[in-house]
Amino acid sequence: MPTRIVHKESLIPGTTSKLVLDAPQIASTAKPGHFVMLRIDEQGERIPLTIADTDKEQGTITIVYLVMGKSTAALENLKQGDSILDVCGPLGRATHIEKQGTVICVGGGTGIAAMHHIAKGHHRIGNRVVGIIGARSKNLLLFEKELSSFADELLISTDDGSYGHKGFVTELLQQRLAADKSVFEVVAVGPVPMMAAVAKTTQPFGVKTTVSLNSIMVDGIGMCGACRVTVGGETKFACVDGPEFDGQLVDFAELRRRLGAYRSQETLSLEQYRCQCHG
Amino acid sequence: MDNAKPKKVIAPRTEMPCQPAAVRARNFKEVALGYTPEMAIAEAKRCLQCKKPGCMKGCPVEIHIPEFIAAVTQGDFDAAYRIIKGTNPLPAVSGRVCPQENQCEGKCILLAKGQPIAIGRLERFVADQHIAGTACEEVSGSSTCTMAPLCDDGNKVACLGSGPATLSCAGYLAANGIKVDVFEALHEAGGVLIYGIPAFRLPKDVVKKEIDAMRQLGVSFKTNWVGGRTVQVSSLLEQGYKAVFIGVGAGLPLFLNVPGENLIGVFSANEYLTRVNLGRAHSFPAGSDTPVYPGKHVTVFGAGNVAMDAARTAMRMGAESVHIVYRRTRAEMPARREEIEHAEEEGIQFEMLAAPLHFNGDANSVLESVTLQRMELGEPDASGRRRPQPVEGAVYDLPTDLAIIALGTRSNPILLDATPELDKNKRGYIVADEETGETSIPNVFAGGDIVTGAATVILAMGAGRRAAKEICKRIKG
Repeated sequence: MPTRIVHKESLIPGTTSKLVLDAPQIASTAKPGHFVMLRIDEQGERIPLTIADTDKEQGTITIVYLVMGKSTAALENLKQGDSILDVCGPLGRATHIEKQGTVICVGGGTGIAAMHHIAKGHHRIGNRVVGIIGARSKNLLLFEKELSSFADELLISTDDGSYGHKGFVTELLQQRLAADKSVFEVVAVGPVPMMAAVAKTTQPFGVKTTVSLNSIMVDGIGMCGACRVTVGGETKFACVDGPEFDGQLVDFAELRRRLGAYRSQETLSLEQYRCQCHG
Repeated sequence: MDNAKPKKVIAPRTEMPCQPAAVRARNFKEVALGYTPEMAIAEAKRCLQCKKPGCMKGCPVEIHIPEFIAAVTQGDFDAAYRIIKGTNPLPAVSGRVCPQENQCEGKCILLAKGQPIAIGRLERFVADQHIAGTACEEVSGSSTCTMAPLCDDGNKVACLGSGPATLSCAGYLAANGIKVDVFEALHEAGGVLIYGIPAFRLPKDVVKKEIDAMRQLGVSFKTNWVGGRTVQVSSLLEQGYKAVFIGVGAGLPLFLNVPGENLIGVFSANEYLTRVNLGRAHSFPAGSDTPVYPGKHVTVFGAGNVAMDAARTAMRMGAESVHIVYRRTRAEMPARREEIEHAEEEGIQFEMLAAPLHFNGDANSVLESVTLQRMELGEPDASGRRRPQPVEGAVYDLPTDLAIIALGTRSNPILLDATPELDKNKRGYIVADEETGETSIPNVFAGGDIVTGAATVILAMGAGRRAAKEICKRIKG
């Protein structure tokens, strides 16, 4: 059954959009941390996307993507009311959430949307949520409004200083951890270098650090091992063992290399698609 | 065994026509082309029509083999089809991928003379005749071309997974008028028949036609429904399904656990085959968005049917050389003889008595070679096979830019973690009654690889059929 796009909102014109999908079965069971596998049409590739929000009453889930390759470029060409051929989920292990005190949720780039769902889960259970979000520039910052609607605090950084702190999220995190000893966990979702930097920042403080990994996946249900990642010297599958892992144990350098395994094919596919689209 | 037959001169087994090796090694069309009617009749006439047929004892789905073969000798292929279909909902599939040498043909009395009846080839022929000839599915035991009477939803059964175990179970239930809803996690129904077995052994159209035939019998297939995630076993029972059959397959690929295994260029056979079979990566980028990693010098680790499939697929994807690396010798390879022979004919090289020590990459962690340890065979181990042991000092490198690991699978935790009341064995597979397939949850049945660990299509079909019989008995009294 194709899944209808109930609402589409462009967050960064041409590169990032938010889609609200009519998926009642997934909405009724999805928890923070879960992801879906999505295939746009008969020719499409299965791609994983983290669920950014759910609305059980409306029966919808929200996903946010950055246009990276052909599949996301094709998604960007869909309109409100169009359908996606296959949406499968919820997949992965849900975030471990229990009431413990103050949690810092760090998000970078498109990862802010995925972090949003986790932060919301912590808020709902009664944890004090400090959000730290960052982007290269003010116009690339996502989900500020959504996060500020429930976060107890929201700290912002931009690389160019166009909004909030000039610099990286890790600088805000460092200051905060130095000043506030009540933080029981730091959650980070974003580009691999950001998550690696967050783990490095939190290490001296000994605070639990959870990162959500965006490995390449084919089926998303444990069958192929494309998403394997080294955690604490052991091979884990991001799709069934994760996607969240202890940030201190993840081999980020390997993850970054593995994410590039199909780069030349991805470029080829995207170029060909753009040629077709533009005649 | 029947000893009372008069002496009869038995003609040699009728060979199966195949695409020439040099041609087929570069295309995805089916390797074996199938019998003509003349060949089928000639082969069927070799059958001694034993009074106590051994072949049937070797068939997990209890096909009335001598009967269907007798119909073939008469040229009555429709009758032959009805006989097969009476117990086997997927004859075009099992006729192609069954290891007949270990099943029916392994029990054929003519085997003593070296050449058993080609039962699998005949089964395939009969099924293909039917697919080519008629659009409408015939119900088992009935000669009319009508749909099975559907029961109301009060008698519905849910199946999780849509591979051979479920298809066999659902086919039996549907033929007996029970409504079946199948929940499949992937976007296409068929399980391993779609994502695992390559088109050159089992064309995807054949699987689609078998599944379409089941749809005509009233079986519904819901794709993108993950058992344990999108749908729970307990909620299905609460929704009024009279029984649930779990046929979700084995799952997670095993790796070698040697250094360098996460280098770029090292893949599980499951990933490699899924990209090509389910994702149709052979037509990337024009016809499919799913890429597969290109390899000029491919190494495949393992020696079962999946290893053969991966090696032969890599050859078809344009490899210059493909080596199968195995720590024992050709005699111990678990793959079907025919698959080994086909692979060899297509130019696959066998690097026997070699075990990987580590994979080696360049500065960017891209695979360049594998370091192998030369092995020799020692004394027999617990499995009765001679144990491979390292030859001291015999270590060498084999250049490779694409390594495919085909060592089998372990249990997939998704459904089992979500259903803690299902009893599991030490290996993590579901414990199910051998006769009925019932699990520790009443009216919940299981069969296929999620019970046995990785096995064959026909054993999964047998398990699906046994569970279906029990479910049918309970529903219909």
